[in-house]
Amino acid sequence: MKEPSVIRQAFLAAFPHTIPIFAGFWFLGLTYGIYMNASGFCFWYPMLMGLTIFAGSMEFVAVNLLLGAFNPLQALTMTLMINARHLFYGISMLDRYKNTGWKKFYLIFGMCDESFSINYTANIPDNVDKGWFMFFVTFLNHCYWVFGATLGGIFGSLLTINTKGLDFVMTAMFVVIFLEQWLKEKSHISAYLGLGLSLLCLLVFGTDRFIIPSMLAILGTLTLLRNPIEKGGETL
Amino acid sequence: MTLIQQIITILMIVLGTMLTRFLPFFLFSPEKPTPQYVRYLGKFLPSAVFGLLIIYCLKNVSLLEGTHGIPEAASILLVIALHLWKRQMLISIAGGTICYMLLVQLVF
Repeated sequence: MKEPSVIRQAFLAAFPHTIPIFAGFWFLGLTYGIYMNASGFCFWYPMLMGLTIFAGSMEFVAVNLLLGAFNPLQALTMTLMINARHLFYGISMLDRYKNTGWKKFYLIFGMCDESFSINYTANIPDNVDKGWFMFFVTFLNHCYWVFGATLGGIFGSLLTINTKGLDFVMTAMFVVIFLEQWLKEKSHISAYLGLGLSLLCLLVFGTDRFIIPSMLAILGTLTLLRNPIEKGGETL
Repeated sequence: MTLIQQIITILMIVLGTMLTRFLPFFLFSPEKPTPQYVRYLGKFLPSAVFGLLIIYCLKNVSLLEGTHGIPEAASILLVIALHLWKRQMLISIAGGTICYMLLVQLVF
């Protein structure tokens, strides 16, 4: 029976990758819990919503949806629009999540921005089980988020440490992940397109509605440039 | 909203989120080969998506008002420099974040 040591090894390999998320989610989850608390919801709400929705930005929007008039269809369409980027993650992870057994369902369920980014870019050592590694990255991130949201919901109003600027940990992490991908790939055309088109859409459409246009622009340009990009070489 | 209405609203958000996460896996089954075009996207999309996520994190930074994005720009440059130097994810992220916190709390 090698199973327990395989799991332990995967946990030990996965944990260091999630430390930045621990800092980020603890803070963001806490902020979310405080926000829910201030909006008049008891800690059960952030806790259960963190557990079941597990999509940070959507949960902040959910607070407004819960405070407004009852409109389930609007809640659904808004969620689809805000979370449409997950479609891209799924397409990128089709191969990587193959052969992970029962864990596959949970890996897809918990595929937030951070879990996707780590699981996509991490160099998993050959002697570590990939399925369990990705499982622990996803699971630990999920725990941090629920933990932060619950604590924020309970103790939020009592917090006095100056944490201003701590949310930059997420930006820093995405910069590092972008850079890691950059150092691995031969052609940077897709990276330039992602930065450039998103920035352009942000300027044109504004902060609240630039994600969908950015995605369409990226998808359209990658489709049009398929031949030159594929000739340009392998990314990994 | 009543409790039932709140539960329905939350379930709708769960359903929407899960649709966006599961749809590609339903459309492209592991038994059949994934279409070439989708494989191409799967390979080249991530670099663009990471770029999009950086812009998303910085979307509320204004170059014209407030701190003019100086703390963000300085901290990102530090993250890049640290990462190219040591290539240790945690050092780069911690260094950039501490730099940013010091800048927004003490300098600006």
